[in-house]
Amino acid sequence: MGKILRRTFLVGTGVIAGGLAVGFYTGFRPHENPLEAGLADGESTFNPFVRIDAGGKIHVIVPRAEMGQGVTTTLAALVAEELGVGLSAVEVEHGPAAGAYYNSVMLEESGPYPVFAKTLLAETTRALSGATGRLLGLQVTGGSSSVRDAFEKMRHAGAVARYLLLQAASEEMGEAVPDLLIEGTEVVSASGERVSLGVIGPKAALIKPPSDLALKDPSEWTLLGKPQQRTDLLAKVTGAPIFGIDTDLPNMVYGTVRMSPRLGAGIRSFDMAAAEAMPGVIKIVRMDTQTGTGFGVIAENTWAAFQAARAIDVEWEDAPYPDDTNAIMEVFRGRLDSGAAGSSYRDDGDVEAAFADAPADLVLTADYEVPYLAHAAMEPMNATAWLRDGKLDIWAPNQAPTVIQTVCAGIAGIDAQDVAVNTTYLGGGFGRRGEVDFSIYATLMAMNSDGRPVKVTWTREEDTSHDTYRPAAAGRFRARVDADGAVEALDMRIATPSIIKSVGRRTFPSLPTGGPERLLTEGAFDQPYTIPNYRVTGVETEMPVPVGFWRSVGYSFNGYFHESFLDEIAEKTGQDPIEMRIRLMSAHPEAVMVMKKLAQISGWARRLPDGRAKGVAFTLSFGSYVGEVVQVAQTPSGIRVEKVWAVADVGRALDPGIVKSQIESGIVFGLSSALGQEITISDGRVEQQNFYDYDAMRIHQCPEFEVVILENAETIGGVGEIGTPPSIPALANAIYALTGERIRTMPLGNHIAFT
Amino acid sequence: MKLVVNGETLDLDVDPEMPLLWALRDVAGVKGPKFGCGVAACGACTVVIDGMAVRSCSLPVGDVDGDVRTIDGLVRDGRMHPVQKAWMDEQVPQCGYCQAGQIMSAVALLEEIPHPSDAEIDDAMQGNLCRCGTYPRIRSAIKKAAAAMPVTLDAET
Repeated sequence: MGKILRRTFLVGTGVIAGGLAVGFYTGFRPHENPLEAGLADGESTFNPFVRIDAGGKIHVIVPRAEMGQGVTTTLAALVAEELGVGLSAVEVEHGPAAGAYYNSVMLEESGPYPVFAKTLLAETTRALSGATGRLLGLQVTGGSSSVRDAFEKMRHAGAVARYLLLQAASEEMGEAVPDLLIEGTEVVSASGERVSLGVIGPKAALIKPPSDLALKDPSEWTLLGKPQQRTDLLAKVTGAPIFGIDTDLPNMVYGTVRMSPRLGAGIRSFDMAAAEAMPGVIKIVRMDTQTGTGFGVIAENTWAAFQAARAIDVEWEDAPYPDDTNAIMEVFRGRLDSGAAGSSYRDDGDVEAAFADAPADLVLTADYEVPYLAHAAMEPMNATAWLRDGKLDIWAPNQAPTVIQTVCAGIAGIDAQDVAVNTTYLGGGFGRRGEVDFSIYATLMAMNSDGRPVKVTWTREEDTSHDTYRPAAAGRFRARVDADGAVEALDMRIATPSIIKSVGRRTFPSLPTGGPERLLTEGAFDQPYTIPNYRVTGVETEMPVPVGFWRSVGYSFNGYFHESFLDEIAEKTGQDPIEMRIRLMSAHPEAVMVMKKLAQISGWARRLPDGRAKGVAFTLSFGSYVGEVVQVAQTPSGIRVEKVWAVADVGRALDPGIVKSQIESGIVFGLSSALGQEITISDGRVEQQNFYDYDAMRIHQCPEFEVVILENAETIGGVGEIGTPPSIPALANAIYALTGERIRTMPLGNHIAFT
Repeated sequence: MKLVVNGETLDLDVDPEMPLLWALRDVAGVKGPKFGCGVAACGACTVVIDGMAVRSCSLPVGDVDGDVRTIDGLVRDGRMHPVQKAWMDEQVPQCGYCQAGQIMSAVALLEEIPHPSDAEIDDAMQGNLCRCGTYPRIRSAIKKAAAAMPVTLDAET
């Protein structure tokens, strides 16, 4: 079975495969309902998503990290819809870390296929990759997969709960099921009789649910498909202590970390006597871990810990990568020059032949580069850990609780069953909080705090300079057009490091890594364009700067590469960039409809006055088709981003209000990077430290938005990341239209001045 | 030392050099103001002192002169502040981490300028970073709150 598993992974996901298999292998047994173990007297549960307390209150478990994307609303609505109750009738909680909360959809699209490929091999790969998530009990929030993953199973959980409760109530009350309704904490009969769910629940739990329970037809939905009031609003407008950083425990101590600024480098020499002598300092712990080497400071308050961390006198070893950004980028450029074969996830027609006889004036070439980027979530990395009586409790704003459970059990030398991971609300995630570093450090410090809980908060400087960065990348592109403007050939080579291997090395360092990777070229190889000779090659580049998942991952740079170069092709062939795209995507009607709608709402055909210009881009990502137009204006204080129009086909918008705000959010995230974000390295250290040198879009820079949601695509698409990829090239293309300057190196702010 | 927070006088045993933010969070247990940057660059820690929006991460607690208002004290007699209500109506928060600071900056703004123009909103709010990009909703919530608030509102210090 181990071999089969491994092979499954190699088909589906490359390296993550082996890694997680060892940590999570539990066989083909169905996952147990983790709520059973924690039931108090009078409580009941029917499946991992529903618990009824003794007072009759319905608790819905939303086992995904709420980082703003609205899962505590939309996933709860899936259950409430089938239960037949309003959202305000249910209490939403995250629940424990457990295999029952596996995410299978996240891995489904990890194979070398575009989302629209429906061949037998593509579908088989999806099924196998998806099954892997289930088999391994992989509870992860990422890949814009939460709704897609929960859509069937959480509606089913609600339907089962409703069936059982009404069945039991029918027996209890002597009334027929069709005459019963769930209302608040009670079942109400047509004759007005009421029984508490707290009474019914334990009886309902004894009934065996039928295997073929029908779900509501979408035409019967009362919650889904309509904007809901978010369930997390009240807590968030009253400053409630819901975030990891707000964790408060009896007898708690406070801490921070100071890890090697040369990422992956060790300590040459150190003296911590002065730091140890500072007021409020309890203990300083040396930490040598799979995610970094340095010190943990335990103190009576966070500020004392910050001061002492700064006072540690330490000389760090050399970085395991070239000393500065230019030397690092030379490695990427070298990989492009090297002629390394790489992996071509798209290779249509005969690209070499198409260029072999091409007249020079019909060939267009360009080199592009993007920098490393930090996530810069508003809530700095933090975790609280408490080790007592051989049991470890962790409170962390995180995206991967079962991974933390396994890894931190290893750090503490205890069984995974003895580690409880409490997932708080996240003050931003963007992929950064799928990592294990903050939990590892808190665990190590809890092993040195005499049984007291320790809350470990990173400084902003530590967070910015010890991120798992969006990888840098270099691209070399060429296109051949013919005399009447048709695109004969497009050839893209992209040099960038493997994210999966970087994550694997620091998460499960003892496991082997290997295999090609989709993330290198997603956003370039999997777009719905038809070009006779079309090749996209990922040239994996070994570079030990830690890299990770950053909102939209490979799409975040490949979207820019692909769509900015398409703009160059449109320019060279004298075509309108929207019309050209519509021609190239004619095999995909959903995509065409997006672009037509976009042209209409943005008034694309209208001429703009001097000093204003528009740019357009399209990216299919996470199953959603998204086109964006950005309008910029020249003002006395620099270029201003005035307005963004976005059209997104998400298949089905379960909460149109949240979908719209996620698309805007993704756009602001993308534009922020394009305006001025860049992580650079000097002397082996990340130069940026805080928001003063790694800023993001502010309110006065924020454009107006007009977002239209379409639902033509056959399947549900993701939402949390899809706004980001096209925003970056759409802005770059608008800048070109405004200034005539084609900027091929991010961020744009290095070349032009924004307001 | 004595510190007045949301109308309540607290007696804190604390180094006067400690930033107000950490005195509130770690010593007084007032968790509404959030830590974001420590250098007054993001606004997550914003509190209101004498009607002014102040970044509590960069003000030594010993230098505090005046009553400190935080988001934790904004609900009065069970009633939300008009700014909070507008934030609910417009469904402003996403991750929500910056919103305590955004709301306190908006409260200070509206107490000074009851009906701010877009430029005045830009000026008052650009010190508050939101990585989720909720700015358009923040702007409309401020306008909504402005419409709902009494024309003159005493600063509650």
